[in-house]
Amino acid sequence: MNILVIGLNHKTADIEVREKVAFDGPKLGEAAEIFKNSLEVKENVILSTCNRVEIYAVVRDIASGAGHIKKILSDYHQVPLDFIDKSLYVYSGRKALNHIFRVASSLDSMIVGEPQILGQLKDAFDFALQKKSSGVLLNKLMKKAISVAKRIRTETKIAENAVSISFAAVELAKKIFEDLSTKTFFLIGAGEMAELAARHLINNGVKDVFVANRTYERSVELAREFNGKVVEFDNFVQELIDADIVICSTGAPHYILVKEQMHKIMKQRKNSPMFIIDISVPRNIDPEINDIDNIYLYDIDDMDGVVEINIQERSKEAEKAERIIDAEVDTFLKWHTSLSAVPTIVSLRDKAEAIRKEELGITLRKLNGLKEEEIRAIEALTNSIVHKLIHFPTSALKSEAEDKDIMVDIVRRLFDLDISGGSESGNRRESETDEKES
Amino acid sequence: MQIEINNIFFESAIVFYLIASITGVVVLLKGKKAVSRLIIGLALAGFILHTAYIAVRYIEEGHFPASNLHDASSLFTWCIVVLFFVIEYRYKLGLLGSFIMPIVSVFMLSSSMLPIKINPSLDPMLNSYWFSIHTILAFLGDAAFAMAFGIGIMYLIQEKYVKSKHLSGLFQRLPSLQTLDEINYRLITLGFPLLTLAIITGVIWAKTVWGKSLQGDPKELWSFATWLIYALVLHLRLTVGWRGRKAAILSIIGFLIVIFTFFGVNLIFKGFHAFS
Repeated sequence: MNILVIGLNHKTADIEVREKVAFDGPKLGEAAEIFKNSLEVKENVILSTCNRVEIYAVVRDIASGAGHIKKILSDYHQVPLDFIDKSLYVYSGRKALNHIFRVASSLDSMIVGEPQILGQLKDAFDFALQKKSSGVLLNKLMKKAISVAKRIRTETKIAENAVSISFAAVELAKKIFEDLSTKTFFLIGAGEMAELAARHLINNGVKDVFVANRTYERSVELAREFNGKVVEFDNFVQELIDADIVICSTGAPHYILVKEQMHKIMKQRKNSPMFIIDISVPRNIDPEINDIDNIYLYDIDDMDGVVEINIQERSKEAEKAERIIDAEVDTFLKWHTSLSAVPTIVSLRDKAEAIRKEELGITLRKLNGLKEEEIRAIEALTNSIVHKLIHFPTSALKSEAEDKDIMVDIVRRLFDLDISGGSESGNRRESETDEKES
Repeated sequence: MQIEINNIFFESAIVFYLIASITGVVVLLKGKKAVSRLIIGLALAGFILHTAYIAVRYIEEGHFPASNLHDASSLFTWCIVVLFFVIEYRYKLGLLGSFIMPIVSVFMLSSSMLPIKINPSLDPMLNSYWFSIHTILAFLGDAAFAMAFGIGIMYLIQEKYVKSKHLSGLFQRLPSLQTLDEINYRLITLGFPLLTLAIITGVIWAKTVWGKSLQGDPKELWSFATWLIYALVLHLRLTVGWRGRKAAILSIIGFLIVIFTFFGVNLIFKGFHAFS
């Protein structure tokens, strides 16, 4: 069984491509179902965020599995394969593990060290568990990825000064406005990233906070949380006259703000500068608005530039993190190879043989003065008992059953076979800490 | 003998300003904070020598040392350096020296190339104290516009970083857009009334000397053009909100007119302001 990663991210694909293949809302469930029903893909977890769309899969054959997943991607989103193919990366084996661990620990993020991706990965995993689209391998892998990410967060300083887009947004706002304490902040829409950025800006002391959301109750909720005022979603454009910093993140599939409207607004606010961050995918604010004087519009891709600044500072910590990942990939691979039948059968036999010899020794020492023939007869007896007993598990392991991975895993656990035993207890510890944190 | 010593003051002031400019440019290309302190130190050394030079010139000439283009541009430069210190002290912009010191050096070098000889025919009118008030107001006003010019360039550079979203290079070290725009505005609101007062005192002075307030001299006309430009800058800002990039561009254009009024008019036209 092979672990496969197919995906695209902010480095390989522009926002135009990413918005086309994103699995938002009900699409996620549909896609999980499609993958689950395909014969090639045995397990799948889908991670779809503003910055990346990735499919983690367990496939029988790497080449045909990859081709199959790509085809599903292009068919489902109704985009020609040529259009997305050059943006897609395919990793298998060691590289796939390495990639997944890097994603989870935010080393592959636009803003290295940002903490949101881990939450998003957990959500993706929970969703897969709920849909039963993941299995033994991916479950183990996802749990491992989450624990690796946590380990990196505690053992390196990578997350220390990176609070993702929000951090970058505040830095940039300070380069436009200097003093945020006289500025008005307007949050349009909601979403984890938008709210995090909002919280960060508010912590940096903006004067007023406005909140507009399509769902009125949600606006009220957010306004209460941020100590701000609710603005009716239908009237939000007019309220922009007083807004200096705007974060927009709605689920709208089209622009909710166009150039003409902003021209008027700017006239009314006497060209007072505005900093607008559109973190929605697809974009909600017409990118041409950036051409208007004194408006600085950044979409999620543009935030990439802000990140570059911090890259150097963090590269050292990132190196440390990469080393941790390498070691963890090794551990996981060890476990994964142990899942193949042959070494399991060998260790099962070894174990049985060891037990047999040990017990035989004890018995023979007790029964002094036996004849050579008698000793041989006892040995033959123990031999055949042991062989007959382990015949059933070994032949089951040798068969090409669908659920062989599960079987191997179970056999290793039932008979307490070396490697798997150790990592299993480690795994249990991880899930305990998981629960504590959530 | 005295003149020679004084020339050493002048020339070493130029040398200090030049080193400060070169350091400033190096800082721009690959800077460290400690180096911008060095620029201020160098500028200060140049400034002290420069001040000594102007003081000696005052004593030598017996009146405010601004009666020929050499003295005038030296005094004008001195005013720019004073304002540079004031703004650096008040806002601590760090990189300001990199933009201002080259301007200072250019003016000082032009001053050094202009004839140092004093025109005795102007003596009677220069004894009036209106003369010193008029020139110092005009020069301080122009110096404010020179600073606005430097700040305007800084604004345009920073604006380009933010707008084009390439946040590398100087972006981190340049001040925020709002700070630059605010200083630019303050400088113009400082320079404009100074220029206005300079024009008024000029008119009064002319009246006391010639009994006529306006001579139709090209420098008068160009000063009035300068005044109009800055009046426009302020008007547009307060009414339609021409701030930021447009204000920065206007303050750059405005200062180019100032330079033309200062040097160009003297070189092209002949008038009593054209001292030589």
